[in-house]
Parts: sequence; C-alpha cells; structure tokens
Amino acid sequence: MLAFFIRRFMQAIIVMFVISVVGFAIQDNLGDPLREMVGQVVTEAEREVLRDEMGLNDPFFVQYTRFIGNALQGDLGTSYFFKKPTLDVIFAKLPATLELVLGATLIVVLVSVPVGVYAAIRPQSWFSKCAMAFSTVGISIPVFLTGIGLIYVFSVELGWMPSYGRGETEQVWGSWRTGLTTADGLLHLILPSITLSSLMLPLFIRLIRAEMSEVLQSEYVKFALAKGLNPMRIYFLHALKNTMLPVITVGGVQIGTMLAYTILTETVFQWPGMGFLFLEAVNRVDTPLIVSYVIVVGAIFVITNTLVDLIYGLVNPTVKLAGKSA
Amino acid sequence: MALLSIQNLEVSFGLRDGPVKALQNINLELNRGDRVGIVGESGAGKSVLGFSILNLIAKPGFISNGKVLFEGEDLVHASQKRLRQIRGDRISMIFQDPMMTLNPVLTIGDQMVECLHAHKKISKKDAREVALQKLQLVQIPSPEKRLDQYPHELSGGMRQRIVIAIALIMDPDLIVADEPTTALDVTIQAEIMELLLNLCEQHNVALILVTHDLGVVAQVTERTVVMYAGRVIEQGPTDEIIKAPQHPYTQGLMNALPQNCLPGQLLNQIPGSMPNLQNIPQGCAFNPRCEFVKESCLKERPDLQSTATHDVACFKVHPERSELLSTGNGSDVKERA
Repeated sequence: MLAFFIRRFMQAIIVMFVISVVGFAIQDNLGDPLREMVGQVVTEAEREVLRDEMGLNDPFFVQYTRFIGNALQGDLGTSYFFKKPTLDVIFAKLPATLELVLGATLIVVLVSVPVGVYAAIRPQSWFSKCAMAFSTVGISIPVFLTGIGLIYVFSVELGWMPSYGRGETEQVWGSWRTGLTTADGLLHLILPSITLSSLMLPLFIRLIRAEMSEVLQSEYVKFALAKGLNPMRIYFLHALKNTMLPVITVGGVQIGTMLAYTILTETVFQWPGMGFLFLEAVNRVDTPLIVSYVIVVGAIFVITNTLVDLIYGLVNPTVKLAGKSA
Repeated sequence: MALLSIQNLEVSFGLRDGPVKALQNINLELNRGDRVGIVGESGAGKSVLGFSILNLIAKPGFISNGKVLFEGEDLVHASQKRLRQIRGDRISMIFQDPMMTLNPVLTIGDQMVECLHAHKKISKKDAREVALQKLQLVQIPSPEKRLDQYPHELSGGMRQRIVIAIALIMDPDLIVADEPTTALDVTIQAEIMELLLNLCEQHNVALILVTHDLGVVAQVTERTVVMYAGRVIEQGPTDEIIKAPQHPYTQGLMNALPQNCLPGQLLNQIPGSMPNLQNIPQGCAFNPRCEFVKESCLKERPDLQSTATHDVACFKVHPERSELLSTGNGSDVKERA
C-alpha cells in the first residue's frame, strides 16, 4: 500500500511538472496583460519599464525557474486583476465548482446505474429502447445548448427554476460557502447539475448496459442461476460488481472531464465557480490566474485518478495495490 | 416413482431462419443413486440436454415439447419461483470450466454460503460451518483459509473441487455435471472424477454426466446414452455399450480410442463431421458417414429399438424393420415404437 502511494506520488510529480511547463509556456501567447491593467494614457516607454519590473521581459527559462521556486513554497503568483494570490482567488471559487460537480455526479450515478442495468436485463422493453434512443440524442447535444434549453423551458416559460447564480449560501467552514444547506441554494443547483451531467449520463447508461449484458452471458451468472439464487442478488451483486470494474475506470477520467466542462455550464448559468473565473481570467489576460487554474485542475485530475485506482483495487480482488512492480 | 423422468423431450432454438430442433424425442429415467453418462460429439445436444433438466436453456433456446418430471413434478411448466427452489437444492449442476464458473469478485465463502441462505434459514455462523464441512468433503487442503480467498488465488483443479462442494452444499438428490473435467489437465481429471464418483456413492446422489470422454463414462457410470444430432441413437448398460457397441457411430467412437489402435498405426476415426442441425440429412442422420449405409437408411429414420442387451436406433441392427418399412407397413411399426 505504501509502495503504491510512493509510486503514485512520483507519477503525480512528473505529471504536475509537465502541466506546469505547458501551462507556463502558453501564457506568452494569450495577449498582453498590460493592455488590460493600465489605461491608454500610459506611454509605451512607461509600459516597457513596467514589463521589466514585472519580469515579463526575462527569458522564458528565468521566468519559469522563478515561478517554480515560488510555486514550491505554495505561491503560484498574484492575480493582476484581483491583486490577491491566485490560489486564494481560486480556492474561494472552488466550493461552487465542486458542489456543481458533486450534483452532476450524483445524477449520473443515481440514474445511469438503474437505467443501464434495467436496459441490460430487459433489452426488448419499450423503456430500454426509449432510454437508448434518449442516450443517443443526449450524447450529441452540446452542453451549452442543453443549458440554454433548460433555462428557456424551466426558467423563462414555466418559471419554476432560477436561471442563474448560486442563490443563498452559508458559511460552513473557513472560507467554504455552501449552497447545499439552503433550499434556495439546492434549487439553484438543479439546472446546472442536470446540464453538466447531460454529457456523461448517456455515456454511462450505454457503458453500463453494454458491460452488464456481457456479464449476464457469463458462466458465473449461469452458475448462480443454477444455484437457485434470487435474481436480484444475481443482478445487483454477481453481475453489477463485475460490470462496475470498467465503469469505475472510465468514471475516474470522466470526473476530471466534467470538471473541465464546468467552464461551459458555469458560463451559461453565471455560476460563480472556477470555470467561470477561468473564462474571466482569459478575457482579462490575467496570466498568473490562468496558469494557476491549469495547475489546480491538473492536481484535481491526478488526485481523483489516484482515488479511483484505490477504489478499483478494493472492488477488484485480482488487483493487488502492493504488487510486484512496486 | 423414478427420481427423474424425461419424456419425449424436444428443445428448439428460435433462429432467424425459423426454429431448429436441437433435441428430439429424448426419453430417460433415473432412480436415486443412478449414474448415467451422456456421450456424443460437440453439437450432439448433450449439454443442451443437461441444461434443459433445470430449465436453464439460454435464449433463443426453449423446451418446445415433452416433460421433465422430477419426483413426478413437471419442471418444464414449473414457475420460476419453484424452479429456483429446486435449483441448487434438489438438483445442482457442475459446469465445464472452473475458471469461468466462479465469480471473480466474490470470495469462495460468499459463493458457498449464499446457496445455503437462498434455500433455508440458517445463521451466518452455521452456514460457514456447513461450507467448511463441504470443503473438507472435497478434500481441499486448509479449507478454513479458502473461505476468504478469491477464485483467482486457486488452481483449476482446486476451483472445480469448490464447484463440486457448492453443488453438494444442500445435499441434492441429483447432480448434472456438464463435462466437469474437460478443462482440466489429465492427472487432475482422474482425481476429480474419482472424487465425484465417491461422493455420489457415499451420499446416494444420482449423477448425469455429460461428456465426450468414453473413458470417464466407463469409469463412473452404470448406464450410457449415446447422442447424435440431437437424438439418442444408443442407450443401455455402460458395460454392454463399451464391450459390444451396436450402432456404427458408437462402434466408430470406440475404435477411435487410442488404446484400440496398434502402436505406429494411424488412429482410427469416423470420416466426416456431425451435420449442422439446420441441415440434417433425410433418413438416418448418420448415413453420410456410415460404412454400412443401405437404401433404407437414406429414406427412413430408424427408431430406438431394444436388442437383447440395450436399445439401438439402426437398420443394420434391426434389418427386419427396414424390410417392414419397404413393404409399406411403416405406420404399424411406428405404433410399436
């Protein structure tokens, strides 16, 4: 187990190093931060002095070394716009995004597992056929279109749901403000969560159905039938546990992808999270914030994948985390 | 009353080109403690017969006619609930490949006790105790340890012992073993067969052994049923069938055994292969491969008829039947059959 963590940690360091290089390398191509920071009255000579002071004219290698040196001490730079450390800015927005991802993940898990399993057990029923048709349609509609469509139907026409923002939030722990504890906050979470889940849900329904139908053909399911077990036990223990193995692997990657898709969803719903912040940062050419965002999202990716590997090891007894390769 | 009585069983598969009969006119009777071998080539329908006893044929297959009476109760028309009660409790099965039969993500213990919990009220502790006893019965070394292990931690022979232990866990009256040793290597095969035979004898359990291995049949069973293209072509006491097979197909199978060849000689074989079930030749299904084929074999299909020792479906053995047919008294003959 310890060997697994050490190996994983080394991998994470390499991944984070690559992400930081790439993130840092693209910032020069994003535009001129000074244009946004100072007005038009500032002359070109004064701008040049400012650039020198900020170190923007130094060679890439020097800039990068300085950045890494600070980063190792937990300082990823100062946002040009907010005039605050970028990590503080990002972490202030992180709860909103995590709650959105949590909402979407819950929808995906709670809907895709029963629907996928049912569609595998009764492939000929009209419900299964509808679910499959819906998933084909759902997988091909872009996220922002789903969001705008939902707003149009449920906020504009029916007036049931709020169309933007997080609603009422409460301070729970440190700087963590949550919308999960208030009715208004939960109501605001519904449409964005559905929107964010709209891409993953069809994928998981199809994945679970395909895996499950294959597992149901297996000899051990036939043997379980020959043992006279209750079908529910066969479906939800014998078959589902085997079905979930590939689903967990895909799911780990997809949670990261979902985090990336929050940019679209948060923009459509004016959701004050990291993705929305990132888009604003791009518009303002707030390069330290952009680089920090890329690194934070990269770190979340690495952490979720490590967790998923751990869970996979718990579910699949043939995987030993402290294997020989360690 | 017979323990198991299969009457006129017919199994069909609904394929795109219409239904195909995988089994026809199967009759078989077993009493408590009987051991019957079902032999034939791949595709003869022997496994389908094994599965049809517990009404476990996978779609698109289904029992299209006949009865499977277990202690007089028809399993073909029994409810799913009743079938579940019988499966694993009164009749249990052993599958071909122990590598595939056990669920890879559940422990051996879980897979054993769940069968107990499905069939009777029993505490977790007692269930574990029963599982342990059965593991000792199938002579697994350090059984206590095995209960918490997963299938991948055990060898093939060991897994088949586990499967046998699961089959025995409710003390069934009948075990249907579908080629239980085919996937194992030869030394293990003999051990497992020996174990199965001893356990059946000790506990007075009836056994239906589906196999293509005539050696195994000779070792374990008292009666043998030889199948070809979905029908029984010869059945009777195993001794008689091994010693003096009557049907040309059974004779061919016996001749094909390596011990019936001289060293240095080519092995004997039956020319050709079993017909596709969608394309069974008219008359006797074996006629394209039979060296004794006559005109009557091409026209009419011989029925199972008894000889002095056992039952055979062949005009060579019953020449008078083909004469009767050729003189046009076929209807009379069918009644007799």
